[in-house]
Amino acid sequence: MAFQILLNFFLAFLWMFLQVSFTSTSFIIGYILGLIITFAFRRFFNSRFYLWRVFAVISLLLLFLKELILSNISVLKTILKPRLDIKPGIFELPTELKTDWEITLLANLITLTPGTLVVDISYDNKILYIHTLDIPDVDEAVNDIKNTFEKAIMEVSR
Amino acid sequence: MTEIIRFLIGFFLIVGSFLTLVTAFGLIRLPDVYTRNHAASKSATLGVMCILLATFLFFFLEEGHFNSRLILGIIFIFITAPVAGHLISRAAYNSGVPLWEKSVRDDLKGKQKYEKKNM
Repeated sequence: MAFQILLNFFLAFLWMFLQVSFTSTSFIIGYILGLIITFAFRRFFNSRFYLWRVFAVISLLLLFLKELILSNISVLKTILKPRLDIKPGIFELPTELKTDWEITLLANLITLTPGTLVVDISYDNKILYIHTLDIPDVDEAVNDIKNTFEKAIMEVSR
Repeated sequence: MTEIIRFLIGFFLIVGSFLTLVTAFGLIRLPDVYTRNHAASKSATLGVMCILLATFLFFFLEEGHFNSRLILGIIFIFITAPVAGHLISRAAYNSGVPLWEKSVRDDLKGKQKYEKKNM
């Protein structure tokens, strides 16, 4: 992926040298032309065309923001309810993600999800221990959300 | 247009300070470290982010001054707040702070057994 971006920059600079105009506009035009060329030659690269990955990162960021707002609403409800009828607990969640940065990202996402907070991670990076505010109704719903998160993160790293 | 902008700025400010207030309530009301951490790591994050966003919008749209440090502040808080929540609750668990007595499950007790089995 880094190689594709570097190549794209190289093509943009090539365009600037061909035009003999060193302005930001000609750089942007060259970058867009280079984007078309890298897209046309995408089957010669080992990884995917890098723009798809950029889109995946943006959608992950939007997911982050959405979850942050939803979790705030749920915490608000819990705190301002007159009777404190929560059932907290710690449950374990097996994860399929491998590298460290993916797991960090997943842990951050889970911490920003409604009613969940990562307490610990086992040494072999396979199980996340998650504290939740409400075990009965969250347990299964949360697992569904995890599947969407893991999918979104895999979409970025794959 | 300026009225819409002013409305937005006021809206973000009020929401941000309301969320921070609710965080303070949560710290008083909730029973143990872990549940308090829920309130502190979520509501406070969004509250401070909203206040910073309102400040940024005010200086950008009313005074015409683009302050990039506020944006950086928003990003840094967004990244670091969940990590801080995680570290505090992990330190609490490892130093033996008990869960609330009405807690239902505690899978973390089995962690050492799990690790011994898989090491």
